[in-house]
Amino acid sequence: MNFDELYQELILDHSRRPRNYGELEEAVHVHGDNPSCGDEIFLHVRFAPGEGGNVEEIRFTGHGCAISQASASMMTLKLKGKSKAEAEHLLHLFHDRVAGEGEAPEPGPRELGDLNVLSGVRKFPQRVKCAMLAWRAFEQALGESEGDGTGRVSTEEEENS
Amino acid sequence: MVRTMNHTATFWDNIRADFPILRQEVHGEPLIYFDNAATSQKPRAVIDALSDYYLHDNSNVHRGMHELSARATAKFEAVRGRLAKFINAASEEEIVFTRGTTESINLVAQTWGPQNLTAGDVILLTEMEHHSNLVPWQILAEKTGARLRFIPLTDSHELDLDRLGELLTPEVKLFSFVHISNSLGTINPVVELCRAAREVGAVTLVDAAQSGGHCPLDVQAIGCDFLALSGHKMCAPTGIGALYGRREVLSKMPPWHGGGEMIVSVQYEKSTWKPAPHRFEAGTPNIADTIAFGAALDYLDGIGREAIMEHDQRLAQYAHERLAAIPGLRVLGPPLGSPNRSGVVSFAMQNAHAHDVVTLADRRGLALRGGHHCTQPLMRKLGLASSARASFYFYNTEAEIDRMAEILAEIERFFR
Repeated sequence: MNFDELYQELILDHSRRPRNYGELEEAVHVHGDNPSCGDEIFLHVRFAPGEGGNVEEIRFTGHGCAISQASASMMTLKLKGKSKAEAEHLLHLFHDRVAGEGEAPEPGPRELGDLNVLSGVRKFPQRVKCAMLAWRAFEQALGESEGDGTGRVSTEEEENS
Repeated sequence: MVRTMNHTATFWDNIRADFPILRQEVHGEPLIYFDNAATSQKPRAVIDALSDYYLHDNSNVHRGMHELSARATAKFEAVRGRLAKFINAASEEEIVFTRGTTESINLVAQTWGPQNLTAGDVILLTEMEHHSNLVPWQILAEKTGARLRFIPLTDSHELDLDRLGELLTPEVKLFSFVHISNSLGTINPVVELCRAAREVGAVTLVDAAQSGGHCPLDVQAIGCDFLALSGHKMCAPTGIGALYGRREVLSKMPPWHGGGEMIVSVQYEKSTWKPAPHRFEAGTPNIADTIAFGAALDYLDGIGREAIMEHDQRLAQYAHERLAAIPGLRVLGPPLGSPNRSGVVSFAMQNAHAHDVVTLADRRGLALRGGHHCTQPLMRKLGLASSARASFYFYNTEAEIDRMAEILAEIERFFR
């Protein structure tokens, strides 16, 4: 196999130059980590006021493998401006894309766009949690947006089976 | 006990034939198994001992009045004596069978610990301990009010022995430390450390998980009170290991698990215990794996542990030289050429996370390990989230290291 079957150029690009990397004032903050690998993400999301408010701004900081960093970077581009309902829909689509059984159906859902390149992790069960880390943090942020705005999430119980 | 053998290159190449598992392809490439610090492969002799036992002798041990039980008991108990000889214990009664190093350490922490420690006492550890020689003591400290203290590392990833005097004080009741670090490859000066501990009256425990099958071990020369090891890292099956306890210390310890095998007589209200080591072996033991452990000890002594150590160190030295030539790759542990390096070579690549390195190496048939190696506090100390590790054993070759260097150079270019 060529290395780029899993690590396509787009993934390398996002991991080298993550987009929306940084902190955010007045936002929901979620800390996500995978203790067994040491990957860690701090996700900062500002939702527009009101129920079902859009994702106004979304940034992240943290460190980890190329898969987790690229997934976080691409996720922020995808989710910015989306309503909570749309974001939740994308979360489910993405999860199915990277954690599904067998070969990924081609082409992937159009809504996911560039994120479809992460479907290669399906063949690497140990790495699914890397791709899901930022998304689990976002899922937590959705929940927290109604609460006090700080939370913690780990993907290890769900994906690292 | 110790013998030196000058095995030829052909000898080392031929030894691979004893390990059927090594003859396979992974992702279309020949397997290179460099994850020996996690678990070693098993030679045919050990696999045969395991199946022979189930094919011919399987029965429960002790108290059985029939032929199969007598055979199983004799073979099982013979391994106690065999292991005592392997580590030069004064008596086979100093050998307790456990599931492995982790269980051995927990046994000491949960029996010797509460009996001997009170608030204000100190448990001395080092900054390079595996979680298995850290967490049991944290639990014990919580329970007894004892405090933990750590010997720091030098810049060359060795123990800072200049600090020993101020840390190894009379409040230290137990000094537990790793012989060979699983994440740095550092070999610690066991004899010197145990001698220093004796001077302040501290009991010592040596975590020999990485040294048990890799170098000669003589518990009397080391002068430790306890030594813990795992069979599966030294050619035996998983699920079997041992605790060595010096008789004077072991014989005074209270039982751990209660049940069959460990009692002399049982009444409804009260029971009396067998002496050590059986006092610590409640329930039916791991008979088959123990017998196969004995076969592993015979196999290792057939090669000679001095020869194994020389071979491991030669490979590690060669790997260190080859890896140091790859741009942006930093090898952890004592410097190149140091005699305090074992067959463990950990490294960090500047532009690639250890998990990405290990995932891509696997696509080339190369089995490495990446992560914190169950030494999270150490990795934090070194400022690394993780590192990748190649760990060698006597069936590995220089040709495999050449291939590893090619693969890692390819990975480095890919992530550059």
